[in-house]
Amino acid sequence: MNAPTLAELTAKGESPEIVFWVGCAGSFDDRAKRVTKAFVKILNAVGTNFAVLGTEESCTGDPARRAGNEFLFQMQAMSNIQVLNGYNVKKIVTACPHCFNTIKNEYPELGGNYEVIHHSTFLQQLINDGKIKLAEGGSFKGKKITYHDSCYLGRANNIYEAPREVLQALDADLVEMKRCRTTGLCCGAGGAQMFKEPEKGNKDINVERAEEALSTGAGTIAVACPFCMTMMTDGVKSKEKEAEVKVKDLAELIAETMK
Amino acid sequence: MAVLQQILFVITLAIAVYFIRKRVLRIRGNIQLGKRNEVKGDSGARLQNMLLIAFGQKKMFKKLIPAIFHFFIYIGFLVINLEVLEFVIDGVVGTHRVFAPYLGGFYNVLMNVFEFLAIAVLLACIIFLIRRNVIKVARFQSVEMKGWPKLDGNLILVIESILMIAILTMNASDQILQIRDDHYVATGSLFFSSFLIPLFSNLETSTLIIIERFAWWFHIVGILGFTVYVTYSKHLHIFMAFPNTYFAKLEVKGHINNMPIVTNEVKSMLGLTTEAPATPAEPGRFGAKDINDLSRTNLMAAYSCTECGRCTAECPANLTGKKLSPRKIMMDTRDRMEEVGKSLIAGGQGLNDGKTLLNDYITKEEINACTSCNACVEACPIMINPLEIILELRRYVAMEESGSPAQWNNMFQNIETSFAPWKFSPSDRFNWSKE
Repeated sequence: MNAPTLAELTAKGESPEIVFWVGCAGSFDDRAKRVTKAFVKILNAVGTNFAVLGTEESCTGDPARRAGNEFLFQMQAMSNIQVLNGYNVKKIVTACPHCFNTIKNEYPELGGNYEVIHHSTFLQQLINDGKIKLAEGGSFKGKKITYHDSCYLGRANNIYEAPREVLQALDADLVEMKRCRTTGLCCGAGGAQMFKEPEKGNKDINVERAEEALSTGAGTIAVACPFCMTMMTDGVKSKEKEAEVKVKDLAELIAETMK
Repeated sequence: MAVLQQILFVITLAIAVYFIRKRVLRIRGNIQLGKRNEVKGDSGARLQNMLLIAFGQKKMFKKLIPAIFHFFIYIGFLVINLEVLEFVIDGVVGTHRVFAPYLGGFYNVLMNVFEFLAIAVLLACIIFLIRRNVIKVARFQSVEMKGWPKLDGNLILVIESILMIAILTMNASDQILQIRDDHYVATGSLFFSSFLIPLFSNLETSTLIIIERFAWWFHIVGILGFTVYVTYSKHLHIFMAFPNTYFAKLEVKGHINNMPIVTNEVKSMLGLTTEAPATPAEPGRFGAKDINDLSRTNLMAAYSCTECGRCTAECPANLTGKKLSPRKIMMDTRDRMEEVGKSLIAGGQGLNDGKTLLNDYITKEEINACTSCNACVEACPIMINPLEIILELRRYVAMEESGSPAQWNNMFQNIETSFAPWKFSPSDRFNWSKE
């Protein structure tokens, strides 16, 4: 696996086409790290000229802003923008819809202007351009997969089709949950809920969503967000279905099926 | 007799205009309690939103059945109100069906269209009453719908039904009178009200005139009274939907409004600017504790909400039994505005009455449960954004009170010290590449 840092490339006098923003979950969470590595595997396989920030990366501030701490958000945002602008970064890809949304929509007002794309769109483009070659009759051919819309891709940024097109490339049988696309049900992690216990209620949101996903009969629940990954995985576990039903990120599904 | 009716009508009209004007000014004043907010983005796109979403009802059609019946009432409201113009002229001048001679055969077509719409509105109102009270559609049964909101919803449907019955009664008796009395201008046959003619045809002319006049007065006084009522009711959406869709934000839903005051401070803290932080134009709190901390757009949205509950029905927190209901956020904002406005008019303490929107109306438990998933924003047929209000309240709690949930305070601390929401060493951030 080859993941050069911007610092290394800059030292060599090179600059990458695109920066892969890994995100905190992708850097520290064990499950999300597997997604990060799968994505790097794809980038390496197609020969993308990319770099990561490595230890120079820092939280985008998304959870702080959404929990109401605007000071902390802007401190994070400004220092990230200083780093990114310092390297003259133009284009960013990330596997986290929260990082994607924040950098794309909220950094411009603070002086950070980049072309930001989510890895679902990036993968879709690679597939459309014929750069990713998937094995004929891959392991997902004809298998039922359901896709869980991440709120920060879907409603927040109107990205509904790219992840589905990626899944269709697997030749899988894409089955939709009743609540999908604009009416997709949140996994329960957004708005900084990832970092605290839910308020008192009669059910956990992720369990409600996992039940809906399981009712499709799909053997794979595809996600495109590290928080959705955690929530859906826990939801499936709470229904004791983790042996039969796997929760996987788009990047993992592609990496597994690539020639 | 005729002159007396004219005088009475002008007085009635004046009284109605007086009350409507008073309420409109009060509502405007209440909205102006909020912070003036910059309206960014191109007005073409805003106009398009207004035309498609308010005028064209685009978002209503995500739920087809209620959309169709709602469309009947909406078109009925738009078109039948043309007839109100004739009513007003007739009432003031003392004419009867003043437009009929000018429009000739087209008048008959127009009246038949009005009657068709009256029947469609009546049908829609009955179906909506059944949905609310017999089928008990879930979104009308939430806790915040107990009491006045429930009565308000039913009253509107009942009043509208009665107004439609009045039109039909008036036209039925009018058609008989057209044969018996020259004053009654020929309209040609009116399809729907003709079915009611047998009910009235044996009556004396004088009785019929009384019925016709009663129905006429009932209808116009009803409409004027209803207009006054609407300004106190959730039904105000019939007017407010238009400005609300115009002023709704144009950015993608994921975007959260920036706080320039914070930007100035952060820039000076980081040494990114040599200028001293400008004194904020509007000194005030960070975030919102009460209605005056919210933007005027937010407050206008609260007056636009018709409590349909599509937001709450889609809210993941509400669906799983949490106290948060986006509809309640809007209702509470409006109720607090009304309370403050009423107090100010009465020379009371207004905003300084010891109560605030946060805590007295909306609790922290409610705002903390929001996942910022935008399901409510997506669901609203007229682009109301409860999430903006929730976020402003959270900002107040986090920045003015440091009163966020303990786990969030830990998360803040982790970001401050380890630059990640979890407590990991920043130097381990790139370890994944070696694992």
